[in-house]
Amino acid sequence: MSTDVVLRVENLHKSFGPNEVLKGIDLEVRRGERIAILGSSGSGKSTLLRCLNVLEMPTKGRIFLDGAPIGTQKPDGSTRYREAELNALRARVGMVFQQFNLFPHMTALENVMEGPLSVLHRRKAEARAGAQKHLAQVGLADKADAYPSRLSGGQQQRVAIARALAMDPEVLLFDEPTSSLDPELVGEVLSVIRDLSDEGRTMLLVTHELGFAYHFATRILFLHEGCILEDGPPEQVLKTPREERTQRFLERFTAFRI
Amino acid sequence: MNLPELQFGEVFANIDLLLKACGLTLALWAIALGAGLSGGLFFGLARIAQNRWIAWPARAFVEVFRNTPVLVQLIWFYYALPVVTGLQLPAFAAAALALSLNACAYCAEIYRGGIQAVPAGQWEAGRALGMGRARLLWRVVLPLAVRRMVPAFTNRAVELAKNTSVASIVTVHELMYTARLFSSQNYLPLETFTVVALIYFVLIYPFTLASYALERRFAASGA
Repeated sequence: MSTDVVLRVENLHKSFGPNEVLKGIDLEVRRGERIAILGSSGSGKSTLLRCLNVLEMPTKGRIFLDGAPIGTQKPDGSTRYREAELNALRARVGMVFQQFNLFPHMTALENVMEGPLSVLHRRKAEARAGAQKHLAQVGLADKADAYPSRLSGGQQQRVAIARALAMDPEVLLFDEPTSSLDPELVGEVLSVIRDLSDEGRTMLLVTHELGFAYHFATRILFLHEGCILEDGPPEQVLKTPREERTQRFLERFTAFRI
Repeated sequence: MNLPELQFGEVFANIDLLLKACGLTLALWAIALGAGLSGGLFFGLARIAQNRWIAWPARAFVEVFRNTPVLVQLIWFYYALPVVTGLQLPAFAAAALALSLNACAYCAEIYRGGIQAVPAGQWEAGRALGMGRARLLWRVVLPLAVRRMVPAFTNRAVELAKNTSVASIVTVHELMYTARLFSSQNYLPLETFTVVALIYFVLIYPFTLASYALERRFAASGA
């Protein structure tokens, strides 16, 4: 196993009741990779992302962070996750949500400080300085004292990105970060995400923005009915997809191109 | 219509009796409200615990105290407890205990409802940062829940202030007991209880105003 694999998933299954959403996913994420996950709704792409930090408890399969397995295997083959272990995992795997989920009773700065204060046990002055730096990085230094309700959707999502960055995560997960934004606000969020790729951060992004995925990603996964159907560089997956299912998915996006 | 000749002068001449009795009314109110707000949080959290050995007893407690009259609870603590356990509580202690447990049960449900009304996304955002359950509850969920719970708590607290009058049944010399005694001695029930109503209003209304101010302050902070 090569050491630059930061996140590895083995035979990951997830069911909601009788509905099997993920049907055995195997995936290795190397340090510095930027992976865009595509697929139609119901393909399991968000569920896959949410299993990676165990916000969704996998039904079967193992997750490895830096080669270390998460959870302990029980005799019946299932995995038991302890809360402390999951908290440690999530401190190292950041997530940005479709609905931002900022803490509404905290200012932008306090939102970004919360993780370092509560989880990393930083001193207040240190957390504040870090938070100011991260807000500046997403272009919101002047909104530090604003409450989320006073910010636009795009600004809220940028604060949410700063909040995730404040934990200095090894892997950053984006769950459709622009899907609930007005079209004119999508650009500012995507450009912040693009700037992060210059830092060499490892990122996984579930998105419907094909153009962005093409330019941003080093690798594209196409999910269909809970399985990875395509896995390759953007050029190959988006321009010469192997599977007919992928072609049909891509055609829907190009049908109304101006 | 012939109005009887009202003798408020007689009542006001003895107003110090009624005002002194306010002390015990306020004491009962403060104790029961304090117990309700703190004990209610404990029972409210127990109600939503995943472990049913914690959740079920808490639910049983809430249902018993919410679905029986507080008057019966009070009589039970004062008259029945000595028979069952041999422990005779002083009248004030029995009243304070019954009102406190009753307030706990109601507040537990307010906490439960308030906590469950916090959007799942808030829990998820905290968990995604690696925050533990207790920390997340304390830093994010409770502050948000409490903001929504202020009107419900105010409602409960106002109700509770008036419920302290049941303590008169077990001879606690609070406002209602004193008023009944006074009116039966002077044959001035109409005047006495009108003044008593006024006193209750004066005691409770500032509290209501304070809670409105609290609501406005929370609203101003954006959440």
